Amino acid sequence: MGQVVLKEINKFFDGVHAVKDVNLQIRDKEFMVFVGPSGCGKTTTLRMIAGLEAISSGDISIDGNVVNGLAPMDRDIAMVFQNYALYPHMSVYDNMAFGLKMRKFEKPEIDKRVLEAADILGIGDLLKRRPRQLSGGQRQRVALGRAIVRHPRVFLFDEPLSNLDAKLRVQMRVELKKLHLRLGTTAIYVTHDQVEAMTLGDRVVVMKDGVVQQVGEPLELYNQPANKFVAGFIGSPAMNFAVVTVTEANGSLIAENSGLRIKLPDETAQRLRGHIGREVMLGVRPEDLTVAGSADLDLPCFDAVIEVVEQLGSEILLDMKVGENIMVASVEPTARVRVGDKLRFAMRPSRLHVFNAQTEAAI
Amino acid sequence: MAISAVSDTTLREAPPPRRQRLLEDERWLAFVLLVPTIVLLGMFIAYPFMRGILLSVTSSRVGIPGDFVGLANFYKIFNDGIFRTSVYNTFLYTGVTTVFKLALGLWLAMLLNRNFRGKAFTRAFILLPFIIPTVLSTFAWKWMFDPTFSVLNWLLYHFGLITGRINWLGDPDLAMISIIIVNIWRGVPFFAISLLAGLQTISPELNEAAAIDGAKPWQRFWHITWPLLLPVTMVVVLFSVIQTFADFQIVYVMTGGGPANATHLFATYAYQIAIGTGLLSEGAAIALAMFPILFLVVIIQLLYIRRVEVR
Repeated sequence: MGQVVLKEINKFFDGVHAVKDVNLQIRDKEFMVFVGPSGCGKTTTLRMIAGLEAISSGDISIDGNVVNGLAPMDRDIAMVFQNYALYPHMSVYDNMAFGLKMRKFEKPEIDKRVLEAADILGIGDLLKRRPRQLSGGQRQRVALGRAIVRHPRVFLFDEPLSNLDAKLRVQMRVELKKLHLRLGTTAIYVTHDQVEAMTLGDRVVVMKDGVVQQVGEPLELYNQPANKFVAGFIGSPAMNFAVVTVTEANGSLIAENSGLRIKLPDETAQRLRGHIGREVMLGVRPEDLTVAGSADLDLPCFDAVIEVVEQLGSEILLDMKVGENIMVASVEPTARVRVGDKLRFAMRPSRLHVFNAQTEAAI
Repeated sequence: MAISAVSDTTLREAPPPRRQRLLEDERWLAFVLLVPTIVLLGMFIAYPFMRGILLSVTSSRVGIPGDFVGLANFYKIFNDGIFRTSVYNTFLYTGVTTVFKLALGLWLAMLLNRNFRGKAFTRAFILLPFIIPTVLSTFAWKWMFDPTFSVLNWLLYHFGLITGRINWLGDPDLAMISIIIVNIWRGVPFFAISLLAGLQTISPELNEAAAIDGAKPWQRFWHITWPLLLPVTMVVVLFSVIQTFADFQIVYVMTGGGPANATHLFATYAYQIAIGTGLLSEGAAIALAMFPILFLVVIIQLLYIRRVEVR
């Protein structure tokens, strides 16, 4: 079992309100990812779950037991640190065995568990080495191994891949996912990388300024972001935003600002009935924009001037100017586009997002 | 200089002066750069050391050059009861103070390594005993241990712990304890600050990882902090042992080696014999007798430090 519940968690650091009223239920066997920009409180929340940071108010419980007052060692958790925190004066074997020795396990059992974990992680031939003699990827595996041998109820990961180079990071990401499927232990994973969050998480918690913005499955965050922050944070390249005024003409709603004038599709118009005459924030993802063909005449369209063409091989990113607005579109790699071209773009009507211009909450 | 020399040659295409050409040669340049150090070390360390050795094998006294007497001086001091007391005292003094300085210094360092208000100020404040000239602070201590004016006696008396005066510096054992206390007081800041610097190189995450791994506070100290701090500890102990072994100021000011030569160390006894009584050669022999012991200590500790660092 490994169910973690956070109830009204708050944290103050010298008067700074770092974590605000966090409520979360992390299910048994779930891979939960905390994501957000630096300083959003995600690591602090993780450290409070670990017991390395005191809780200012609220309750944290693991499998129904409140653990607020328990020392880290009594919470039955294991943690992987950003810079691995391997004991430099111990061999790989001793690093992995340390937690078991401290818990007074019998030697044969320690041996069995360490060898088993080393086998899973493919570091069986490194056991006699010191951390200093290992590459970044190998150290990462040892840090994982140290967590695995304990068979804890919950794994805590604090940006474990951020010190690896890009290629190794992708590889370790896949291995982490496999490892979780194999072990089935609840995992709480902190990252600032939204790609890691989307690919690893069963569910993702998006945080900003100590406040949980949205909790949901990766595609839920992508398709139905709760506010402008989540919409802009999840997805790469980021969503395009434009502040527009909603007006009514001939029974249909029009969104416009200087340079942009779009007839809103029915579904979006329904939601904006109450906002006629007011400003709202329109959002559309680069991948939901297409160069308009003759078949797209009834879609919401706008004209744009191409300013930069970024060839990525698998796609082309077009940085363009739409009146006063700067937007990015992602188009097929076969498209022939040059800087200065004037093109007409169509939006997929069901993929249009609207947010309150003041509160930034989704409408 | 080198740059201007190059540009000169390229501009004028004339061969540089002889002196500059010599300095272009790395071996000559190295020699020239080393000369000031060699002169200083030679004048102030090698020459006095050699003179000391030469002096110790003569019968020289103040005003009398003396003759070569071989190892007679050494033979004489090894049969001298006060010398043997000094040797014993020096080992006792060094051993006891080093253990206390290490223990107290480490404890202070661990306290200072925590986060608290006024951390920077406290760290600077801790260094005070180390900054004040030893002679001055020792005079203050001498006053505190004075049989008549002792503030310590006054305190103990007013707390009802004693009924009569304690003659701190008049009793051989108490005098030894007194100078040991002063040495510890003076030496702890050096240990504390050096060990604090060592502690700060140990990532706090290691202790957190160990805490999650199930290590209790003293286990974290024993399995993580202590082994990682060991190289720094060894260097600090090495410096301290050398300094304490050859200590002079504290004893000279506090007791002058007394009462009845009970608190002499190598350095103070050598001074008393050589300068006080004018037996220069004998004093040199006493001072030199320290050398093999210190040399051995240094060798052992350096070897140990190297072993620890290679791990």
